[in-house]
Amino acid sequence: MKHRYLPMTEQDQQQMLEAVGVSSIDELFQDIPESVRFKGEYSIKPAASESALLKEMTRLAAKNADLKQNTSFLGAGVYDHYIPTIVDHVISRSEFYTAYTPYQPEISQGELQAIFEFQTMFCELTGMDVANSSMYDGGTAIAEAAMLSTGHTRRKKILISKAVHPETRDVVKTYAKGQYIEVVEIPYADGITDLEALANLASEDIAGVIVQYPNFFGRIEPLKEIEQIVHEQKAMLIVSSNPAALGALTPPGKFGADIVAGDAQPFGIPSAFGGPHCGYFAVTSKLMRKVPGRLVGQTVDEDGKRGFVLTLQAREQHIRRDKATSNICSNQALNALAASVAMTALGKKGVKEMSTRNIQKAHYAKKRMKAAGLDVVFEGPSFNEFVVKLNKPVSEINKLLLQKGIIGGYDLGRSYPELEDHMLIAVTELRTKEEIDTFVAELGDGHE
Amino acid sequence: MNNQEQDQPLIFELSTPGRIGFSLPDLEIEELSLESILPAEYIREEEAELPEVSELDIMRHYTALSRRNHGVDSGFYPLGSCTMKYNPKINEAVARFNGFAHIHPLQEESTVQGALELMYDLQEHLIEITGMDEVTLQPAAGAHGEWTGLMMIRAFHEANGDTERTKVIVPDSAHGTNPASATVAGFETVTVKSNDQGLVDLEDLRRVVGPDTAALMLTNPNTLGLFEENILEMAEIVHGAGGKLYYDGANLNAVLSKARPGDMGFDVVHLNLHKTFTGPHGGGGPGSGPVGVKKELIPFLPAPIVAKKDDQYILDYDRPQSIGRVKPYYGNFGINVRAYTYIRTMGPDGLKAVTEYAVLNANYMMRRLAEYYDLPFDRHCKHEFVLSGRRQKKLGVRTLDIAKRLLDFGYHPPTIYFPLNVEECIMIEPTETESKETLDSFIDAMIQIAKEAEENPEIVQEAPHTTVIKRLDETLAARKPVLRYAKAEK
Repeated sequence: MKHRYLPMTEQDQQQMLEAVGVSSIDELFQDIPESVRFKGEYSIKPAASESALLKEMTRLAAKNADLKQNTSFLGAGVYDHYIPTIVDHVISRSEFYTAYTPYQPEISQGELQAIFEFQTMFCELTGMDVANSSMYDGGTAIAEAAMLSTGHTRRKKILISKAVHPETRDVVKTYAKGQYIEVVEIPYADGITDLEALANLASEDIAGVIVQYPNFFGRIEPLKEIEQIVHEQKAMLIVSSNPAALGALTPPGKFGADIVAGDAQPFGIPSAFGGPHCGYFAVTSKLMRKVPGRLVGQTVDEDGKRGFVLTLQAREQHIRRDKATSNICSNQALNALAASVAMTALGKKGVKEMSTRNIQKAHYAKKRMKAAGLDVVFEGPSFNEFVVKLNKPVSEINKLLLQKGIIGGYDLGRSYPELEDHMLIAVTELRTKEEIDTFVAELGDGHE
Repeated sequence: MNNQEQDQPLIFELSTPGRIGFSLPDLEIEELSLESILPAEYIREEEAELPEVSELDIMRHYTALSRRNHGVDSGFYPLGSCTMKYNPKINEAVARFNGFAHIHPLQEESTVQGALELMYDLQEHLIEITGMDEVTLQPAAGAHGEWTGLMMIRAFHEANGDTERTKVIVPDSAHGTNPASATVAGFETVTVKSNDQGLVDLEDLRRVVGPDTAALMLTNPNTLGLFEENILEMAEIVHGAGGKLYYDGANLNAVLSKARPGDMGFDVVHLNLHKTFTGPHGGGGPGSGPVGVKKELIPFLPAPIVAKKDDQYILDYDRPQSIGRVKPYYGNFGINVRAYTYIRTMGPDGLKAVTEYAVLNANYMMRRLAEYYDLPFDRHCKHEFVLSGRRQKKLGVRTLDIAKRLLDFGYHPPTIYFPLNVEECIMIEPTETESKETLDSFIDAMIQIAKEAEENPEIVQEAPHTTVIKRLDETLAARKPVLRYAKAEK
């Protein structure tokens, strides 16, 4: 067998078999019981040459309508933002992407320092004291936050706003089942969490309350009022937050959040059909030793030189085993690196400017829609998304839009039966005036 | 390499007010102030203190960091249990195609047929490779897959009214994630002992199984690199008691085309596509941890599954008994694209050769090193093997010292102090992508270190000598945690 990934020659093989003291490779597999031994080869597609495979995969990719050739107004948790070209150049350095978790700090200082910088950036953006090295994604990060709150408060009930991303709510419910945690949904009113309902549901047996900021409908939740209700019950305020919004919006930490988590995808990470993205997880200092996942800390070496290590590992699964409160083993290091590079490129000024432009452009689109006679609902302070009520099924309109090279918004009826014919529209800094105007005109036409 | 010797400042320390590294699109519309759009309480007062640097500053910074990092492309990385094989470049190219990297998970199905076709095909390939009946690609990593599998087992038992099955059995040599996943899935963990041959002790297994057994989690070959040859008897014991058999696919590189979990009696299996199937490790992720199941567990798979209906690929959400979602969207698609590209690059005969060469490489190294280090289990290994450093420990040289000394030779050390049931454990996994010359050089280094331990132990005890930084004070890091950069107070 000759293959470009397999350097074994016949001569190597002979010498090695001799050194082992066997006459064939088969002898090394004699410990597999005859009755379960797989004989022959897998019935799968034959190997393709490099050039043939590139052609095949190019054709397969071309069957998808991508966001580069089309103009997207689809967000709903995954956004089409500016990705500085430099991001892919950095994460393509194979010293980063072909490394494992930095268990040997002496030869992993690069990765460890990059993560330490990532942790710092997320503390800055969220207004929290401690951020970890990353989680799988925003949805599972929020589920871990729910588990942290039940463990910390020794209570078994979580409230989650219906204005939180529906798929995040689904993930929280699955994790909750595993831990025998009760999950109760808080209704929304006028596009934000219903505060009266929250006040009624809040009781001293709740561990945490999960809200999203900006929420799934794009609205900015009144965190100040929510915080009071939550902390009155000595429960934890868990905020799922789009970090791209935090360049311009007051960070949840300022409002007294206990845990802020979400997805770093808006910073330098392509949508990639929903993954891999990159969860982040930030807490107040009193929760430092309860954070799931990896943490990188600063220390010194034998000569007093600054260095970085994985730290507070007593929290983690490989030490605590069945006493662990989270089973997460990996993080999303490479995507955390991508997010770090994007946040660095944007920097102090760019992160604010990008965030502000999302608000300005979405505000413009909203105004234009209203002027075109479209029914904008759930009006109020919002970030880069808003909801329009149409008079035809969203999927029907999206089909027509695609013919014009537009990927329309999210069909809210898919997860909110009461919001049939409602489209959730995202307008990021990448959308030009012309694209917005065309979209408004097309939607207006479809509306008549 | 003078550059590398120097401390690389934090990016925040390189910041200079007024510099920028971005280029945002023009606003084009009338510029309204935030104050005119939003209430004041929502407008951020203090700016986030992110760095202010130019694009070249950024590239130099991260290039310097990358030079302080060791990857598979930098050198040999025989980290046991992690399968640090070559990460093919075609995978990286394909995953970056616009039609894969830049598609939105909530687009209409008709606009992502290529992506769904790839996922469907990958599911089919993994079904054949594992010998299972259906596969979900949703879990993001191995540990996530473990928990998903256990949640399905719990749902299965509950659907049968079997609510007393609260215990998951885990061997003492198991990965730490196994008991942790069991706990997160709401189970209690029971440990089953290994015997003196490094295999699960059947007597002890018979003792711990019972009407409360939900499942046995097993890696085969196990974490010692040994094939559990009594697997059929174990399956009988567990199934006989009404439990399920869970396969931790961390070590699948040892048995491709040689034995399929499905044929060994396993009911649920997770795979680590970032190990056997070359999704890069990325410095700790992202990975991908698909889960395969036998027929009777199919109803409990997380929704949606990619299915084929007539000529169209669809996302099948109609799964009333599903455990629910374990992750937003459909898994780490980008990693799945890489794994699929790899499988198509290797084909059936290539995958068979992968395992044969991985196992030959491991046995070759084991035999050559057995003279210099203790070999706790003297039999053929599979894709990895463990040595014990207890002979060297008597000379005052610990396994940690040996690992640190290997850094001076330019190698990433093996996994150490795991599994827990071997004293001063050194766990070596060469993989199939390394040449005999590389293995020989590493063996020479290990032999030299064994000699140093006898003749000049200080050189090992004080290692590493050539890295950018010496051993770090981990106690200080944990006692006085500094987890973020803070500007020095004026």
